[in-house]
This record gives sequence, C-alpha cells and structure tokens, in this order.
Amino acid sequence: MNGTHLQVRNLSVWYGDRRVLRDVTLDIPDRRITAIIGPSGCGKTTLLKCLNRLLETGEDVRVQGQVLVDGEDIYAPRVEVTHIRRKMGLLSQKPQVLPMSIYENVAYGPRIHGERRRRELDRIVEHYLKVASLWDEVRDRLHGPAASLSIGQQQRLCLARGLAVGPEIILGDEPTSALDPRASQNVEQRLGELKRDYTIILVTHILRQARRIADHVIFLYLGEVIEHGPLKEVFGNPRHDLTRRYVEGEIS
Amino acid sequence: MKSGRMDLRGLEETVMRGLMWLALCLVAGSLLLIVAVIAIRGLPSLSLAMLTQTPRGGYYLGKEGGILNAIVGSLYLGAAATGVALAIGLPVVLYINLYARSSGLTARMVRFSMDVLWGIPSIVYGAFGFIVMTAVGLRASLGAAIVTVSLFELPIMVRAMDEVLRLVPREIGEASASLGATRLETAWRVIVRQAMPGLITATLVAFGRGIGDTAAVLFTAGFTDRIPTSPGQPAATLPLAIFFQLGTPFPEVQGRAYAAAAVLTFLVLGVSLLARFFAGRFARNTVK
Ligand SMILES: Nc1ncnc2c1ncn2[C@@H]1O[C@H](COP(=O)(O)OP(=O)(O)OP(=O)(O)O)[C@@H](O)[C@H]1O
Ligand SMILES: [Mg+2]
Repeated sequence: MNGTHLQVRNLSVWYGDRRVLRDVTLDIPDRRITAIIGPSGCGKTTLLKCLNRLLETGEDVRVQGQVLVDGEDIYAPRVEVTHIRRKMGLLSQKPQVLPMSIYENVAYGPRIHGERRRRELDRIVEHYLKVASLWDEVRDRLHGPAASLSIGQQQRLCLARGLAVGPEIILGDEPTSALDPRASQNVEQRLGELKRDYTIILVTHILRQARRIADHVIFLYLGEVIEHGPLKEVFGNPRHDLTRRYVEGEIS
Repeated sequence: MKSGRMDLRGLEETVMRGLMWLALCLVAGSLLLIVAVIAIRGLPSLSLAMLTQTPRGGYYLGKEGGILNAIVGSLYLGAAATGVALAIGLPVVLYINLYARSSGLTARMVRFSMDVLWGIPSIVYGAFGFIVMTAVGLRASLGAAIVTVSLFELPIMVRAMDEVLRLVPREIGEASASLGATRLETAWRVIVRQAMPGLITATLVAFGRGIGDTAAVLFTAGFTDRIPTSPGQPAATLPLAIFFQLGTPFPEVQGRAYAAAAVLTFLVLGVSLLARFFAGRFARNTVK
C-alpha cells in the first residue's frame, strides 16, 4: 500500500479573511499516536475538525486543499460526508454526551447505521463499554441518564460511543483537559492500547502528555506546520529553532 | 469613609430587594386575585349539568342545560389548531436552527416575519380568516376556526421554540454528526430530544393562547348548541360562550359565565400540569 490512511495536502483554512491554516501537508502514520502540539490559537482544533469535515457546519469558513481518507478527497464535491465521519471517532475537549441513556449513547451510532437487532446492540454496547473500561462502573445503570456520569466517565463513554461505529481513526481534541489526573491517566491508557487497531490523532497542549504517549509529533505554529516527525526527533533533536524553543518551554 | 460606602451599598441592596419583592407580590397577587374572582363568582353556579349537557332551549335565559358543546368545541379547536401549528412550526424552527446559516437571510427573514406576526392582534387574524373563508365559499365552521387559530398560534410557537433551540449547545449536534448521522437524524433524535422540555412548554403556551382566544373565532367558528361531528360544522367555543352569557341581563346566566371561565382556566391549567409531567420525564435525559 502506498501512503497512509489519512493524508493532508496543501490544506488552508480561512475564517472570514483570517487565514488560520497555511498550506498544511501531512501524512498521518497508521496505527500510531500522532500528537498535534503548538501554542494556543495556532489552529490545532481547526486542523482536527478539518479531518472529518466538521468544520463545514460553521459559517464563513473557507477550506482549500485536500484531505485524503483512504485515498478519497473528502472535500471533493458530492462526497457523502456521513460515511467519512463514520471512519473517525471524535473526542472533544469537553466530553459531550447525547441526551439519552448510557446504553442509548453507545447504541446511537450503530442504530443510525442500520443495526436493529436488540441482541447485537446489547453485544456492541457491552463490548465497547468494556474497551473503554467503563463497563464495570455502569453495568447496573445502563438505562440511567448519561449526563449523570462524572466528567471522566463521560469522556470514556464518548470513547465507547465513537468506537461503536467501527472507525479506523480516533481524533482527540485535548480529550483529557477537563479531567483530573487519574481520569486522564485512564483515558491515556485506553488510547495507548487502542493504537494497535486504530490511527490516533491527539491535540494536546501538555508536552509531557505528548512525550508519554505519542509516537509522532506535529508542531503547529500560527497555522503552519513547522516540523513533524517521530517523537524522538522532534523532542530530542528538533530541526527548527522554533520547535526547540517550544519543546523547551521558552515559548508557549 | 469606608463604612460610609458600605452603608450606601447596603442601602442600595435593601431598596432593590424591596422593589423586587413588591414586583413579585404584584405578580403573585394578581394571579391569585384572578383565580379567586373566577372561583368565587363561578364555582357556585358550576353544576354537573353544565359540564355534561348541551344547552336546552332558553339556556341563555337561565333555563336548563350546560356548555358541553363549548367545552368539546374548544378542546377540538385547541388541540387541532395546536397540532397544525406544531406540524408547520417545528420544521420551520428546525430548519432555521440546523440547516440555514443562523445569520443568513432565510433565518433572519423567518425571525423577522414571526416577530411581526406575533404583534398582530388576534381580531385581525379573525377578520383575515373571515375574508378568506367567504372568498372560497366556506361558512363559519370548526375547520375555518382551526385554520385561523393555528395561524395565530404559529408565531407564538415558533418564537418560543426558536429560543429553546438556540440554547442547545452546538457541540451536541457535532457529537452526533461525528458519528456519521445526517442532519435529519441529528435534528430528530438528538436536538429535539435535548430541547423536548422547552418544546413542550412552547407548545403549551401556544395551546393556552389559542384555546383562550375570542377574537380569532368570533367570525370564523360560528356558534351552535350542538357538538360538532365534522370540521365542516360550526362549533361553539368557551370564550364565546363566556362572552354571550356575560352579555345577558340575567345574574344567574352571568354566574354561569364565570363558571365557564373557571372551566376554561382549569382546562388550561390541567393541560399545563399534564404537559409538565411529561416534560419532566423527558428532562431526565437532557444534558446539563
Ligand atoms: N469559528 C471561528 N470563527 C473565527 N475565528 C475562529 C473560529 N474558530 C477559531 N478561530 C480562530 O482561529 C484560530 C485557530 O483556532 P483553533 O481553535 O484552531 O486554535 P487551537 O490551536 O485549537 O487553540 P487552543 O489550544 O486554545 O484550543 C484562533 O486564532 C481562533 O481565534
Ligand atoms: Mg483547541
């Protein structure tokens, strides 16, 4: 196979007149954790949202360039967007559960993609709640409201919900930023296990977190990719002066 | 010096608090007063016959009978008009909130026209309904009243629902979309669910306004002693029954008008409580 699951080619994004991503070109390695790092406002969230075309729901947004998912340009006209989004699970900065029960949150995705059999749904819900290591905590309150879970539990529920539609890629936008250290550690561990089967892209502003779990790092600065490569190179031997100053904490 | 300032701020606090209490008492007091007057004047005249019989000959002169025709007429009218307004209003609100750009022309136009329609007095809707009705050769009937009242309810409902949907966090929609849901699926299965308690309240407000409105049905519903069995027949309504009974010179008939007013008030109250109960059950799952 040439190329990876997910490729970005000359991607630029404007909000109104402001250009917030400049000519981004990347190959995201398969079945690795890729961390996107960079100072606040540099376009990390924007880049992540471009990858599953969530950006188009906003207004006055212009996107130029290509995002190739399995070779298919998702910004090409007449692309059916739902099957692309289905290939990616999203963990947002603040976990966002759906207004339904814990069970229904996980079953929601499979249901809209046509799974009706009760048995199968039960199996899916149990399986992915286990993968997200939430099952034991919620097994006797599956039909209680998801909003009553703690924030850390909600984030793991979002993980289970995302995985239940069978994605190949997991996108995380600072998924641990609203969590306390133990809940963060839990989510980090899950991601560490999941990289065997999934391609994971993680926005983070915590350099230590990137060091702990990333294999690959993208350093974004003012909308431009300054440097990207294996963790050891970017952190240990940065090619660019800006990168060095960022990873050494001189600029933030 | 410092304590002087503190005194002033403390005084400010006390005065404002007093004013708020006063306003609160005014609101609660007038509500209580209305209910009390209706109950005191109406309940003595309220009888089982009033609720279970249609008017006999001479009912409006103080003879036997009841207002079952108006109760049923109002319920038919209120339910059907609210149903029609909901069937038109909900898609409109979902469209301007989830499909159209929120600052785009369509959404602005809809909001503006709803504001205008909202401010038009119901007698104008009544007159409009009457003109359309006669133009197409219909007579005053339940059907004509349903159309008129639903038009009157529409802006009330749309504006209230619009406010509710605007409060739904955008991230909930994004979460659903990122799972591969279409906008329609997101709208119906997630956004409507999240907004359900508010949507129920909005529907209820419209229902209360519709069932209680007199001017919109004055020319369009007609009036009859019989219970309508099809939309083509004229229908009595509670507001008009109250109006006619109050207009008679007989004290006992006027007493019945208050009794009818009590029935109308408790009807709306009962429906509100019922809807609140259901809204509460839906609120169980809403986020935040
Ligand atoms: N909807 C929007 N409209 C206009 N400008 C926006 C919008 N969203 C983001 N921006 C701007 O685009 C730039 C990039 O934003 P983005 O959210 O991608 O940054 P980020 O790297 O995720 O920052 P943070 O680390 O603080 O989350 C910022 O300057 C931001 O102000
Ligand atoms: Mg961000």
